[in-house]
Amino acid sequence: MGASVPAYLPNLSTAPCGWSMMASLCLKLPASGAATLWKDRRSNMTEPVLTLSGISKSFPGVRALHDVSLELYAGEVTALIGENGAGKSTLVKILTGIYQPDAGEIRRNGQAIQLPTAHSASEHGITAIHQETVLFDELSVAENIYLGHAPRNRFGMIDWKKMRHEAQLTLDSMAAGIDAGAPLKELGIAKKHLVAVARALSVDAQVVIMDEPTAALSQKEIEDLYVLIELLKEDRKAILFISHKFDEIYRIADRYTVFRDGEMVGKGLIKETPQSDIVRMMVGRSVDQIFPKRETAIGETVLEVSGLSHPTEFHDVSFAVRKGEILGFYGLVGAGRSEVMQAIFGMTRPSSGAMVLDGKTIAPRSPADAVEVGIVYVPEERGKQGVITGEPIFKNVSLPSLGKTSRSGFLRMAEEFSLSRTYTERLDLRASSLSQNVSTLSGGNQQKVVIAKWLATLPKVIILDEPTKGIDIGSKAAVHEFMGELVAQGLSVIMVSSELPEVLGMSDRVVVMREGLVVDTLVNDGLAPETLVRLAAGIVEEQAA
Amino acid sequence: MNRLLRNRELWLALAILAVLVLVTTRFPRFAQPSNLLTIFNDTSILMMLALGQMAVILTRSIDLSMASNLALTGMIVAMTNAAFPAIPIPLLIAGCVVVGAALGAFNGILVWKLDIPPIVVTLGTLTIFRGLVFVISGGAWVNAAQMSEDFIQLQRGYFLGLPVLSWFAIVVAVLFYLFMTRTQQGRAIYAIGVNPVAAVYTGINVGRTKFLAFVISGAISGLAGYLWISRYVIASVEVASGYELTIIAACVIGGVSIAGGSGTVAGALLGALFLGVVNNALPVIGVSPFWQMAISGAAILLAVVLNARGERRKGRVILKKAEGVA
Repeated sequence: MGASVPAYLPNLSTAPCGWSMMASLCLKLPASGAATLWKDRRSNMTEPVLTLSGISKSFPGVRALHDVSLELYAGEVTALIGENGAGKSTLVKILTGIYQPDAGEIRRNGQAIQLPTAHSASEHGITAIHQETVLFDELSVAENIYLGHAPRNRFGMIDWKKMRHEAQLTLDSMAAGIDAGAPLKELGIAKKHLVAVARALSVDAQVVIMDEPTAALSQKEIEDLYVLIELLKEDRKAILFISHKFDEIYRIADRYTVFRDGEMVGKGLIKETPQSDIVRMMVGRSVDQIFPKRETAIGETVLEVSGLSHPTEFHDVSFAVRKGEILGFYGLVGAGRSEVMQAIFGMTRPSSGAMVLDGKTIAPRSPADAVEVGIVYVPEERGKQGVITGEPIFKNVSLPSLGKTSRSGFLRMAEEFSLSRTYTERLDLRASSLSQNVSTLSGGNQQKVVIAKWLATLPKVIILDEPTKGIDIGSKAAVHEFMGELVAQGLSVIMVSSELPEVLGMSDRVVVMREGLVVDTLVNDGLAPETLVRLAAGIVEEQAA
Repeated sequence: MNRLLRNRELWLALAILAVLVLVTTRFPRFAQPSNLLTIFNDTSILMMLALGQMAVILTRSIDLSMASNLALTGMIVAMTNAAFPAIPIPLLIAGCVVVGAALGAFNGILVWKLDIPPIVVTLGTLTIFRGLVFVISGGAWVNAAQMSEDFIQLQRGYFLGLPVLSWFAIVVAVLFYLFMTRTQQGRAIYAIGVNPVAAVYTGINVGRTKFLAFVISGAISGLAGYLWISRYVIASVEVASGYELTIIAACVIGGVSIAGGSGTVAGALLGALFLGVVNNALPVIGVSPFWQMAISGAAILLAVVLNARGERRKGRVILKKAEGVA
């Protein structure tokens, strides 16, 4: 097909004059740094700067990475691609010294290295620019750039004048238009990224990790970032670029590595690989995960949402969920799915739009209102938003139903216990006693506590936000099984999930969201995973030859 | 055994016992029941205030204005009594509770509706309430001669062998215990302290629950206002000045976590009792006021260390295979 190969050499004429000056600056940076740079320049092109091999990392109940490898080359951008939960962030944390791998080896220029701390990673020339930049709002720009490696005067004190001066030089050379003395909090997100880049330059990093750097940027700012990346490439930096967006990857990456479920499933040159192949690598998996087959009569519309909008998070969202139906919500992180659910649950107030539940218009102003009319929400962050850790199971389960278990204003513990027992048993919760503290439960069992809590309120619609994120396979199956039971009993389930097999395995229909908008609503009748990924990532046309 | 060792209340009770034993060895007649009852009676007001403060601290807030609230309601009730001696005392007491609750509600509203940090709100009202005492009294005192006989004598009466003041503390403690453990609002106070975010997602109104806690601490401060004035028979601008810190100290010693969400009624009561014993019993054997302060201070630090260690031990345990649900 005549699909245009995305131009990944940006038009330099669009660059502000300073960008090109920055390249020269990089060469002028500290003498020692420049020396290494030159050495690398002469080294063999095909030798990777950084090699990871056989890296594995497990957390209790979850295998995050299994025997993965990755190579980064000087002067090239390597895109790390994978679904949410594929292990990308874990790898970044290993590379930046925050996590220690259980097994495997990291080599820099052929030498095995250890990264026991974040500091050691920066000493080895590895620096990361995060999605949400990790900088200090209350400090000045110059302090942020030089934090941890500030220039010292002869008394061993920080040389503020020199620090400010050099920071300003770096920023000016980038034409950042930022005053090095300004407090960081006065800058917008895009300028903060520039500060982060300046910081990367000031430590003379050899390896720059960019973890979804464009997530919060406008199109213009993204273009500027591309130019900056080109300059970093010219400067022989090895760049690891993590992104969900295919247009970006095809625009700036030279190589790719695909992770799926914590394993490396493919790598190669971007130029030689059509998008459809990469999509297949991302989603194609052995179909050994079995989802409960259920035959449910789907009934009338229970909840109808129309034109729901929020000033910043989502716009004109409409959908309907019917009795006995599981409605899946698929999209990339940040597509606005959770925000829509929070508005329906009364956590935030939508700016316009209407909700009709069982024929009656509702406008929940607080979660209590939503629970009252029969809408409940199982949030994504179990530990933070779901369970009251530090309290026993029965108190968690009975909390929203205390009105029912009280007589003349006084709680009756016996009834609380029997209520909790009824619902936790239905979910097959594993605990030694209902008085056990929920903080001692595994993630899967905590999730069951949250679900049990809501079932006890006898809801009509239950919203599950990433219901099986980070929980072990066994509990996942139990949660899936139970979702089947819920709809069989006539409940309506809205399931927000970023896990394709889950969305495809459980949903009757799927709503796909991208950047705050509903892209499409599809009946799940043998839906191809590729279709969903394409809609969610905004890939317009089939690229396969 | 391990659980017993971790039982904060038990340790505190033992510490109180140790102080009493120490005093008794030096001064054998000390350990008479009547003496112990006197100490309990002397500590009654602090115990009630500690419970009010505990309700607030559980919600991750703090009420610095309790002592000023006490002084203001105390001055109001003393002046009312001096001007209208005919008003029956129970009515005056009810009035104190209402005024105190209203002052607490003022704190609560600022915390709830304007979302101002509680420490700032109550630091402000600490000064405002204290200033109002001066404004309404013009800096003058209300002394014993101006107060009615009933006003002074009510709490000194005996009922079933205990002073009426002690009965106030007992009734407040029982009601408070029932409220905290047996009502939805009590459960909500703990829940928002442990995990405010999850509490919101569960449909609890965090702001309103904090408001309620401030109303409770205010109502108790108001009640304590009457009891304090009638006990020490003087109402002045300086009443209970700085006492808010003693109240908070009682909570901390009693194991109420400043981080919120953790603390028991028994703990707060024992914390207050401990301070009462240190301050009332030690002077008997000639321990100087400086050492009393040092002992109180050491107890606070020890309590915080114990709290921190307790938190750590709780740690995360990955669930062992349990046979079904108990």
